[in-house]
Amino acid sequence: MKRARTTRAAAILLGPFFVLFTLAMVLPIGYAVWLSLFTEKQSGLGFGGTETVFSGLDNYTAALGDRAFREGFGVLLGYCLFYIPLLLVGALALALLLDSTLARARRFFQLALFLPHAVPGIIAALIWVYLYTPQLSPVVSAMESGGIGFDFFSPDGALPSVVNIALWEWLGYNMVIFYAALQAIDRSVLEAATVDGAGAWRIAIGIKVPLIRASVVMVALFTVIGSLQLFTEPLILNKGTGSAVSSTWTPNMYAYTAAFERNDYGLAAAASILLALTAALLSFVVTRFTGRKGKKA
Amino acid sequence: MSSPASRGRWMSKTAVNGFLLLAVVYMLFPLVWLVTAATKDTGGLLAGNAFSFDGFNLGENLSNLASYGDGIYFRWYLNSLLYAGIGAIACSLICVAAGYAFDKYAFKGKDQLFGLVLMGVLVPTTALALPMYLLASKVGLVNTYWSVLIPVLVNPFGVYLARVFSTGYIPDEALEAARIDGAGELRIFWSVGLPMVMPGFVTVFLFQFTAIWNNFFLPLVMLSDRKLFPLSLGLYSWNTNTHGEPSFYPLVVTGSLLAVIPLIVAFVSLQRHWKAGLTAGSVK
Repeated sequence: MKRARTTRAAAILLGPFFVLFTLAMVLPIGYAVWLSLFTEKQSGLGFGGTETVFSGLDNYTAALGDRAFREGFGVLLGYCLFYIPLLLVGALALALLLDSTLARARRFFQLALFLPHAVPGIIAALIWVYLYTPQLSPVVSAMESGGIGFDFFSPDGALPSVVNIALWEWLGYNMVIFYAALQAIDRSVLEAATVDGAGAWRIAIGIKVPLIRASVVMVALFTVIGSLQLFTEPLILNKGTGSAVSSTWTPNMYAYTAAFERNDYGLAAAASILLALTAALLSFVVTRFTGRKGKKA
Repeated sequence: MSSPASRGRWMSKTAVNGFLLLAVVYMLFPLVWLVTAATKDTGGLLAGNAFSFDGFNLGENLSNLASYGDGIYFRWYLNSLLYAGIGAIACSLICVAAGYAFDKYAFKGKDQLFGLVLMGVLVPTTALALPMYLLASKVGLVNTYWSVLIPVLVNPFGVYLARVFSTGYIPDEALEAARIDGAGELRIFWSVGLPMVMPGFVTVFLFQFTAIWNNFFLPLVMLSDRKLFPLSLGLYSWNTNTHGEPSFYPLVVTGSLLAVIPLIVAFVSLQRHWKAGLTAGSVK
């Protein structure tokens, strides 16, 4: 009797979420898989418009066979290898500094470092692209008068330019996560280590970091998934004059271009699925190779 | 006069706080530039020394912003408030209801369902935007408010957070007491559980509001009618004009400044809540 009553209540409370979850997540994934298996063909001699025909895995081989798509993954790999270590080490270092007994004005630092996260990604990208543009930027002119010439829009400058924008947006956010985890560490563990004569540096690297491993894994996981979706920042750079960033620079941009400039929905769906599969694979790898502790996060 | 040990400590202290201060400068100077740049006219901006207030032109910029294209900017502003306000309230309520159910009830298949939610957290949402667009065009929802509003009601991570908050804020005894008084289950959720978990509700709301306000990819895919654009998409469309027409620069810069203000105010005034959200996400 009571059991039936609570099951009914649970169903009502969970209902809205799962209906929307189905509509906005499960259904689009299913539809993308379906779309990726079809292609538009000219019927007959090219009169009478197009028809949609089943094409098996052709869209997948087409995407994988396209040099631009493969290069997009190359760019992503370079981006991840450049960005993720900088982000994790930077955020950890800032969190450890803030957590050390020497830091002052902790609330102020936490807020000031977090603030860029309140700036929409598109606006962050706009601000930085303006700061990269020689005519507009006080930074570029200051660098030039200091003897440093760096072209943020050159082929070599594209990756650092994007990484810098992403770091600016996410460094403080992840620092707060690490700082929160550090604050939750049992202080008696740290006191014991101090009594044993361990220095601040030893305690930070040898005790604090291992204790917040689960947070580090979680941040790494979300960062990988976010990085794979790289789109907004390079899109703005792509619209900048004379940029080396092409319209298919990342896989997500490739899928967008395939859908809305070439109207090839099958190809775009296949590209999206390949990207989602990569995300699933990497999530699996990150959680598996960092042990069971990470799974709880 | 001071001993070497205390001098060493003083130096470490200076180094630690100096590093933090350096990081703060990196984080804040683009925002300071945004404020000073918003006071420049086109010529002043293109002169490149925007870290100053000479040639103060903010009033002019604001009135241009208000008048350009029959005041389309403030239409975008209202749209963003609508998408983010309604979307975040509805989403938080849905998340809190689901998180509460996962926390307080035992039912068949609960672990599997929650596993599904956790998998949803890991789905790269931009990969869904294109199929969502095609589905929406089938049912005639493309280029409507609904096409942007419905997808943002779903936030699996919000459900996870809400479950953590429900465990922390709602003691089971409070529910038992209400049951003994004869209240129905939904009634108990609404008048006992929900008020108790309000801090969690505000946290989910804050993060979802930010996510929707910052949302760019979904509106880019779904909307072509400028009247329905949120700020992010509107500013983007203006930015694409700047190359041919540099007079758009002050519009984009001033428009960006106004677009950032509500979120800065929210994060400064609700510090307890975003810290609680990030803590719940990291420690549990």
